Amino acid sequence: MKRWLVWLIPLAAVPVLALLAYGFRVNPRDVPSPLVGRPAPAFRLEAYDGPPVALEALRGKVVVVNFWASWCYPACYEEAPALERGWGAYRDRDVVVVGVDIQDKREAGRKFIKDFRLSFPNAPDPAGKVSIDYGVYGVPETFFIDRAGRIRAKHVGAVTDEVFRARVEPLVAEK
Amino acid sequence: MRSRDLVAVVLLVAALAFFVWSARAQTPAASVDEQDLHEIAARLRCVVCQNLSVADSPSEMATQMRGVIRERLAAGDRPEQVVQYFVDKYGEWILLSPRRQGFTLLVWVVPAVAALGGVVLAGWLIVRWSRRREPRPSPPGPAVDPAMSERIRREMESS
Repeated sequence: MKRWLVWLIPLAAVPVLALLAYGFRVNPRDVPSPLVGRPAPAFRLEAYDGPPVALEALRGKVVVVNFWASWCYPACYEEAPALERGWGAYRDRDVVVVGVDIQDKREAGRKFIKDFRLSFPNAPDPAGKVSIDYGVYGVPETFFIDRAGRIRAKHVGAVTDEVFRARVEPLVAEK
Repeated sequence: MRSRDLVAVVLLVAALAFFVWSARAQTPAASVDEQDLHEIAARLRCVVCQNLSVADSPSEMATQMRGVIRERLAAGDRPEQVVQYFVDKYGEWILLSPRRQGFTLLVWVVPAVAALGGVVLAGWLIVRWSRRREPRPSPPGPAVDPAMSERIRREMESS
């Protein structure tokens, strides 16, 4: 057997190690959503308070759709004040925040809204149809929809003030 | 009388066909094939679980996904269309078995090719190694002095 052939054995492990080195660095929750760049799926939900929320009626505005749940601790508890602040800062600039409460009990959802004094529209998604339509696989997940009704970004995990501003500001600037 | 029999058979078949067709047309949504539902659910990844299919998971998310599958089947979607709906929403990640086409075909082909290559390589090496073990004609040793060999012979006999 030729001597160089012996090197083939350890060399064969190199691509496997490279694949593992890559795979273990990737966050398994960062699965790219195929919906980014596509029109946002339409929905119409009965809000906890106030009139029904229909995405169609919000065309022309920048819409931030946030999927949350009262059992999603701590991420949803961290982001709720940031979403409320973002809504307060941008609501005069054609921005609407819509909260969709998924896989939750109504009472727990209402308590969450009351505790955080959320003033943007929030609605339960009892059969999970809207969350599946948006390819949601956990909470919190947030979709940023432009004035033309197209999903422009998806954020997985708690939204911070910085994330809100960085995602919303360019969409507001678009006319 | 034979032609009358033929007419009767044709009419009977036509009536049966119409009956079956109208029954299907009237109730496209009434019954969802549970087998179809289970097969679709088994092909989809439960998105909140670790390595569980939508069919196997007791989670609320999987329950809701099964509800959506049922609704789409009831609306007349074919199983392939239902699966495609989930792929459109979640990407091919949602499929527990990668598709046997495009880039993910590699996942199916590479292990088979590698295994075949390994078998071929092992066979080739075994053949090579076993050949090397064959007795080779030993090189002629140093010539022995005739006097010495005569002495060895004598001592062997005398002992």
